[in-house]
Amino acid sequence: MRPEPGGCCCRRPALPNGCVANGELRNGYVRSSPAAAAAASAAASSQIHHVTQNGGLYKRPFNEAFEETPMLVAVLTYVGYGVLTLFGYLRDFLRHWRIEKCHHATEREEQKDFVSLYQDFENFYTRNLYMRIRDNWNRPICSVPGAKVDIMERHSHDYNWSFKYTGNIIKDVINMGSYNYLGFAKNTGTCKEAAAKVLEEYGAGVCSSRQEIGNLDKHEELEKLVARFLGVEAAMAYGMGFATNSMNIPAIVGKGCLILSDELNHASLVLGARLSGATIRIFKHNNMQSLEKLLKDAIVYGQPRTRRPWKKILILVEGIYSMEGSIVRLPEVIALKKKYKSYLYLDEAHSIGALGPTGRGVVEYFGLNPEDVDVMMGTFTKSFGAAGGYIGGRKELIDYLRTHSHSAVYATSLSPPVVEQIITSMKCIMGEDGTNLGKECVQQLAENTRYFRRRLKEMGFIIYGNEDSPVVPLMLYMPAKIGAFGREMLKRNIGVVVVGFPATPITESRARFCLSAAHTKEILDTALKEINEVGDLLQLKYSRHRLVPLLDRPFDETTYEETED
Amino acid sequence: MNVRYVKDYFAWLYYQYTIISCCAVLEPWERSMFNTILLTIVGMVVYTAYVFIPIHIRLAWEFFSEIFGDQSTSSVSN
Repeated sequence: MRPEPGGCCCRRPALPNGCVANGELRNGYVRSSPAAAAAASAAASSQIHHVTQNGGLYKRPFNEAFEETPMLVAVLTYVGYGVLTLFGYLRDFLRHWRIEKCHHATEREEQKDFVSLYQDFENFYTRNLYMRIRDNWNRPICSVPGAKVDIMERHSHDYNWSFKYTGNIIKDVINMGSYNYLGFAKNTGTCKEAAAKVLEEYGAGVCSSRQEIGNLDKHEELEKLVARFLGVEAAMAYGMGFATNSMNIPAIVGKGCLILSDELNHASLVLGARLSGATIRIFKHNNMQSLEKLLKDAIVYGQPRTRRPWKKILILVEGIYSMEGSIVRLPEVIALKKKYKSYLYLDEAHSIGALGPTGRGVVEYFGLNPEDVDVMMGTFTKSFGAAGGYIGGRKELIDYLRTHSHSAVYATSLSPPVVEQIITSMKCIMGEDGTNLGKECVQQLAENTRYFRRRLKEMGFIIYGNEDSPVVPLMLYMPAKIGAFGREMLKRNIGVVVVGFPATPITESRARFCLSAAHTKEILDTALKEINEVGDLLQLKYSRHRLVPLLDRPFDETTYEETED
Repeated sequence: MNVRYVKDYFAWLYYQYTIISCCAVLEPWERSMFNTILLTIVGMVVYTAYVFIPIHIRLAWEFFSEIFGDQSTSSVSN
């Protein structure tokens, strides 16, 4: 806002009763009279959500927040883990001295004197903590994972060491866990008919890799379509999203290169980076000051001993981080990339189809040029209802990857019905099938996201991440609440995914909701009502509306944890 | 009516206790063991408080009143 001549630099709207909206803000609480509360909260919601305006790089407000854990909750979480650890030691002792039957894997009798295989923390955690609440994971479903799903009921007589099916099927469970962002996971409609026709024509198997004789005309058609969808020169599709990352990063970087990877990157990116043999440096999650410091040091100091310049610097980021629900600060990353002459690898597994006015991903969401991103990677699993991954970029890069990537050379190519599902759904999103269905789905997802997040925040839960991300993590913290939440929600006919260690830090367990365009408002209202009930039952409403401000100051070693005081 | 509400409230309170202390995921024999140990410790704390706190308060009171008492007597003698 430019200062008016002789006036104050920002005009604050005055309300009829004389109060000033956007009034004083202290400790995240807006001070205004109750009469103006509605208008003030609407106007000040952007203030509470720490909008960053970074010199015009962002065309829209970037609202991301990670509320700090309340002290009492953190202490009680540690107490809970302490109790479980003590009982874990007790049970291990009983199992060791044969007082109790041992159900888990152990070494054979002859190998008891060897170096023990199962004494590290991960195995201790699995035996003693994970097993107690194991019935919340690996639930078998027996219908298409749309907005509602059927789950096979099972119970356990020996405390989750083994399961038996009762024979019942829990029908029409509201599905808040599938990555079905645009609702293409269904067994009716144009996608299914097209896939069925292709199945009749081509069969299901390909029986070869792309390089040999498994390169169908369907694959070529798919790749041209993907390139057109993303706005890049060329693209290549692979059979598995994980394999796309882990097998292509070693093909583009090697020894003598530097990889700058985000703290919370997915396992496939980490594996690909490690397999490549390049030097890996980690920057703090979504923290541009940390990334800039690493880039500066890389340029100034070069390789560790020889001080030679790095052959390549590759920045690995994701579009949406699925455990946090945060969106990458892409304008700043691209600005840094251009300034320090490095390359960018963007993994849009969760953001393709889910962000942007026409579903083209995080690049369109920020209004940037797709040619600025050197390697655009994504998966077809989430928004397109199929399987597989793709890489898009310049033609030279894709031609190089066709011959040098392990996934292209050795892996079997995509199955034809799956390819047809991707082609049909992508055309639907682009609007080329003549209907408005794609546009409606994208808009419905954005509405669902905003509505769901707003209602959950109003109820008082701690929700991480960006306002526009369809992945909604709801913090649980205490270990017993992980199991209790999953079970209570299933009792109320809602299927959720709860996540604990090792996918998250040990004290920050969460329930992760994935919204879908297939969810109608009634379904969301039902789900919200049940979440409210379970939240009251388990006392999950921790939020005190004290949000950690996003880091806008220059980065130094002391500015990691911040609280508003 | 009231008795039912009170009973429900205590049931809810017990449920909160089991959730926070992770008794909810323990097997029944572990739960009884944990509850026994916790009640024993709490019982010992309460007993110790009951026996010793009055004695400590009386000693502290005598100590402080001795200081102030001495001051008043010394000023009078002056």
